[in-house]
Amino acid sequence: MGAAIRFLTRTREPGRLGWTDILAYAYLVLGVVLILAPVLWLFVSSFKSQRALIESDPRFLPYEQVTVTLPGSTRPSGLVEWTAPDGNRRVLVQIRPSGTDLVVADPAKPDETFAVPRRETRPHERVRARVENYVEPTLQGGRTGTFQFPRYFANSAFVTILATLITLTISSMAAFALSKYRFRGRDTFMFLIVATLLMPATVILVPLFVVVKNFGMLDSLWGVIIPGAATPTGVFLLRQYMLTIPDELIEAARMDAASEWKIYYRIVLPLALPALAVLAILSIIWRWNDFLWPLVVLTRSETFTLQLGLSSFKGEMNDATHYLLAMTVLTLLPVTFVFAFLQKYITTGIANTGMK
Amino acid sequence: MATLDLVGVRKSFGPTDVIHGVDLSIAHGEFCVFVGPSGCGKSTLLRMIAGLESVTAGELRIDGQRVNELGAAERGLAMVFQSYALYPHMSVRQNLSFGLENMRVAKAEIDRRVAEAARMLRLEAYLDRRPGALSGGQRQRVAIGRAVVREPRIFLFDEPLSNLDAELRVRMRAELGALHDRLGNTMIYVTHDQVEAMTLADRIAVLRDGRCEQFDRPLELYNAPANIFVAGFIGSPRMNFLPARVGKREGAAATLALAAGGQVRVDGLAGPAAEGAEVTFGVRPEHVQLVAAGAGEIDLRVSLTEQLGGESYVYGTIGDGHEMTARLQGQTRVRAGESVGLSLSRSTATYLFDKDGRALKRGVAEAR
Repeated sequence: MGAAIRFLTRTREPGRLGWTDILAYAYLVLGVVLILAPVLWLFVSSFKSQRALIESDPRFLPYEQVTVTLPGSTRPSGLVEWTAPDGNRRVLVQIRPSGTDLVVADPAKPDETFAVPRRETRPHERVRARVENYVEPTLQGGRTGTFQFPRYFANSAFVTILATLITLTISSMAAFALSKYRFRGRDTFMFLIVATLLMPATVILVPLFVVVKNFGMLDSLWGVIIPGAATPTGVFLLRQYMLTIPDELIEAARMDAASEWKIYYRIVLPLALPALAVLAILSIIWRWNDFLWPLVVLTRSETFTLQLGLSSFKGEMNDATHYLLAMTVLTLLPVTFVFAFLQKYITTGIANTGMK
Repeated sequence: MATLDLVGVRKSFGPTDVIHGVDLSIAHGEFCVFVGPSGCGKSTLLRMIAGLESVTAGELRIDGQRVNELGAAERGLAMVFQSYALYPHMSVRQNLSFGLENMRVAKAEIDRRVAEAARMLRLEAYLDRRPGALSGGQRQRVAIGRAVVREPRIFLFDEPLSNLDAELRVRMRAELGALHDRLGNTMIYVTHDQVEAMTLADRIAVLRDGRCEQFDRPLELYNAPANIFVAGFIGSPRMNFLPARVGKREGAAATLALAAGGQVRVDGLAGPAAEGAEVTFGVRPEHVQLVAAGAGEIDLRVSLTEQLGGESYVYGTIGDGHEMTARLQGQTRVRAGESVGLSLSRSTATYLFDKDGRALKRGVAEAR
């Protein structure tokens, strides 16, 4: 803790806050706010009521109108605060609107109704985190009972994990060959692979769809996993990293009677671990957040991934932004954990290379 | 037993010829050093022997058997790399045993060999460390250990000491010599450092531009270089070369007229040196004697003296602008700007080369 405080209060010259420090900290704080504020807003908003979200309630905390269920009624009625012309304030229960007035009653005596001007009232509110936003879609399938959170989550996890494993395997093998073997056309292959980065995904969407359809992979999770398994970004990233692995290590392994497979998984893969971790993080984020391609391939709701499931909360006829936000928060969590777990590999790498 | 024969071995990278036909015959148990300036192809030659580079033409034979087509692992050789090439993610023990595991040696045998190599190279305390946690000398020993546990027919060393500091290099040099005495294996050692070559080798192959200029015992190279390149490469500071013309010749003796003026008498001529032929006269700095100005064959205008205490170097130019170096025992009073005389023919260790650089005269061994 002390170390953290010392780290966060460092200045260019110890003990003196110069103008460069102020500029630096201001810049960093701005960055933190810019990056963190939307996430925080999302998180807080995910506890707001549907009504607050529809009204675009600009307040930070989740406010909610207090309701009571009157005797003889099945539906809850909202409470309003009425400020009388004499400055007196009362909390009343709203019975029904009537023109520019509201018909209200004292909660203790609901039968004695009277009318007050609507502009003299405002909703009686309290701060309450609506946990139902989380509980209802995950456990009860949302309002319509069709949102199958566990299934979508399992689908997403399946796609993400398998696609990432396949991506890492294929990309690392390609990168190994392209960085450590000398053969005719190596640079041409590399160029072609990188050149595919110039092709926007939307351009190949239709041809890819036809291919996937002819392979009979429509409405199957494999149709989502396989087409994107080999990424030029991954091959390029790993190859650039593997170029820094000294050739002598591989020659030494060859002298040590290691087969090429063994060189690949005993020497090259462990040494490329930092780059593999980066690619793993990227791949997990891409696959977890992927929306367009699953939307094209998957049509039955049993095969939906989380991102497709989320889209069902927002349609022409329905709007369940409160569920959408809550489920978005849940959807963000796995990726956040993965990043927190793997990010040390990105920054550290293997410091001691054993050479020279 | 492990002998190695290179028969007309050539190597080309595309249109570029790197090795132009090398013939060498290395006997069992011999410590053979490849030496030469950078870019002479000595490392390439070693890598071809190791099986890491293909042989374009010619034949490689180990124990009389052609091995051109065998892979690196099947030749039964072990190599110590310049950068050591230790696997950074494995402990020293794993580094040592990796090759044996690949060759499916029994676990107990692996443990025995690793323990023995660790004891021999004093690595027992570091077996569970990673290479990154070792000093340069320790890494060097691990690299050697990795070769030793393989019990190879031939050891290959690619400039193994070049990354060590001067003091450690001297110590490791002695250890390598001791290792060779103890194991008795054939060893091939590549270096550009002639001190390593002279001290370690049974025989030295001097390479230049992909050709073997001379393959002989160290002192033979020093005393009787086959040509002007070997003469200049072996010995430090390098031999002084002076252009001259053969004057009067009497059997094996002749008088030379130096281009810088002055005459030198040489004897022991072996090759044909007609009177009037243009030749190069060579004398090592340690065989030049300083005398009073005008008393020697030529005069030297001193430009720099270096005093090391035990010995001194005198650098200067002679009449025609050629630079010469003299190496003197002890200390000297000669200062820059002075002129001194050089006596060149008192020593029997003088050399003569014809226009193409071939030796016309064999030097005479110093130690008798």
